[in-house]
Amino acid sequence: MISRVAIALLFVLAAGLSLAYARAPRPVIVIERPGQCVEATEVMRRDHMTLLLHQRDRTMREGIRTRPHSLAGCVECHASAKTGSVLGEQGFCESCHRYASVKLDCFECHASKPGRVSARAKP
Amino acid sequence: MPRLQARARLGPGEAVSDPERRGFLATAAAALAGVVIAPGIRLIEIAGARAPEEAASARVRWGMLIDTAKCASGCTECVKACNEENGLHGAGRPRTDAQWIRKIDLKDPRTGRQHSAPVMCQHCAEPPCVDVCPTGASFKRADGIVLVDKHTCIGCRYCVMACPYKARSFIHENLSEQKPAVPRGKGTVEGCTLCVHKVDRGDGTTACAQACKAAGHEAIVFGDLNDPQSAVSRRLREIPSIHLRADLRLDTGVRYSGI
Ligand code: HEC
Ligand code: HEC
Ligand code: HEC
Repeated sequence: MISRVAIALLFVLAAGLSLAYARAPRPVIVIERPGQCVEATEVMRRDHMTLLLHQRDRTMREGIRTRPHSLAGCVECHASAKTGSVLGEQGFCESCHRYASVKLDCFECHASKPGRVSARAKP
Repeated sequence: MPRLQARARLGPGEAVSDPERRGFLATAAAALAGVVIAPGIRLIEIAGARAPEEAASARVRWGMLIDTAKCASGCTECVKACNEENGLHGAGRPRTDAQWIRKIDLKDPRTGRQHSAPVMCQHCAEPPCVDVCPTGASFKRADGIVLVDKHTCIGCRYCVMACPYKARSFIHENLSEQKPAVPRGKGTVEGCTLCVHKVDRGDGTTACAQACKAAGHEAIVFGDLNDPQSAVSRRLREIPSIHLRADLRLDTGVRYSGI
């Protein structure tokens, strides 16, 4: 009982604090390409990491490249027109991850800018 | 006496050894798959093409024939094309820079005969690199392509040591400007992928084979070893060829002729 109250209190405090200070700059989410994402926005916000990891194994191990959750695909759509990249302070992937304190190693190997040739198979 | 009876029971087509029998079945399957709807249009293309959602399967075995009689000494078109296709720009350190194809010059000291050949990952059916990999990152795809899953590679380099063909490289430097279709990064091992991104796209060839052809040599023939009608299978039927280090019985997907 006491612990429940404590947790509730904590939540209220945390919410108040984050409103009061906004310590980390809010993420910049600019969608330049009109249209839709590969899944509903709610799903993308919560589950994009799972979708990506699943796609990764399907492509890497089985050579299936038609699934929509391709990392090269994210970059094609979400790269900024200004920097050409999904990285950087205002970059689509990086700015949100900075806010959420997530650090990716994906772009040490994967191109952060769209290329001439899409990694996805021809239909 | 019982032996004779057993033999008599075999039909004419069945009295063949296992590999030949498999060859016969493969021909039959190819004949079925190659049903012609209209001249020039097949119901199912037999050049190893698969439906986009279909996983790579063991019906296909990708491989190459390297005809050293046609490979020109001093020519490095295949190496250049490989570097270009896969975005391999070295750091100017030849001893450690990634190298997916090495051009080898051979000379018989007795006769003085010289020839040259590209050596890359031989895409073994029994790959030692897969046996030694502690994380399962080094693996063989169902269609015979041996790859490194860099997501699980820890950079231990056991596979580099295990490979009898010196076909694997380790990336020592931070990289930038990788090709979108060929992610590469520091701390992982890599090697020839048989241009897996092109193969999956349905190109039916590799960058090295294309470049060799463009240079007028056609020393590299790529294709499906399981399809008796493929260019590579036809060529393999015509000329003698060997596995490099056949004594290791790795059943490589790359074969050489004229060595
Ligand atoms: C050490 C290098 C490396 C790192 C780090 C890496 N990848 Fe990959 N990734 C690869 C390679 C190599 C492929 C295979 C490319 C091919 O065959 O098309 C690949 C393929 C993929 C694919 C399928 C191709 C595509 O574009 O959809 C996905 C998805 C993927 N990786 C996701 C990720 C994610 C997510 C991360 C970070 C958590 C990551 N990778 C980190 C090397 C890497
Ligand atoms: C065809 C282009 C396209 C592709 C491919 C694509 N996206 Fe999107 N994405 C969009 C669009 C357009 C939106 C905005 C949708 C909306 O607001 O209704 C969006 C929204 C999102 C959002 C929500 C942003 C927010 O508002 O909070 C996330 C997260 C996201 N995408 C991640 C990804 C990831 C990860 C991938 C790769 C697996 C990907 N996207 C692939 C076009 C794309
Ligand atoms: C709306 C904010 C937002 C956007 C935009 C966004 N991400 Fe994320 N991403 C997150 C959050 C939050 C997590 C951490 C989730 C967790 O740890 O449960 C995360 C985690 C990930 C992970 C897993 C990391 C790990 O180490 O497990 C990957 C991979 C990833 N994101 C890829 C991408 C890519 C690629 C893009 C750009 C196309 C992108 N994300 C855009 C919010 C976002």
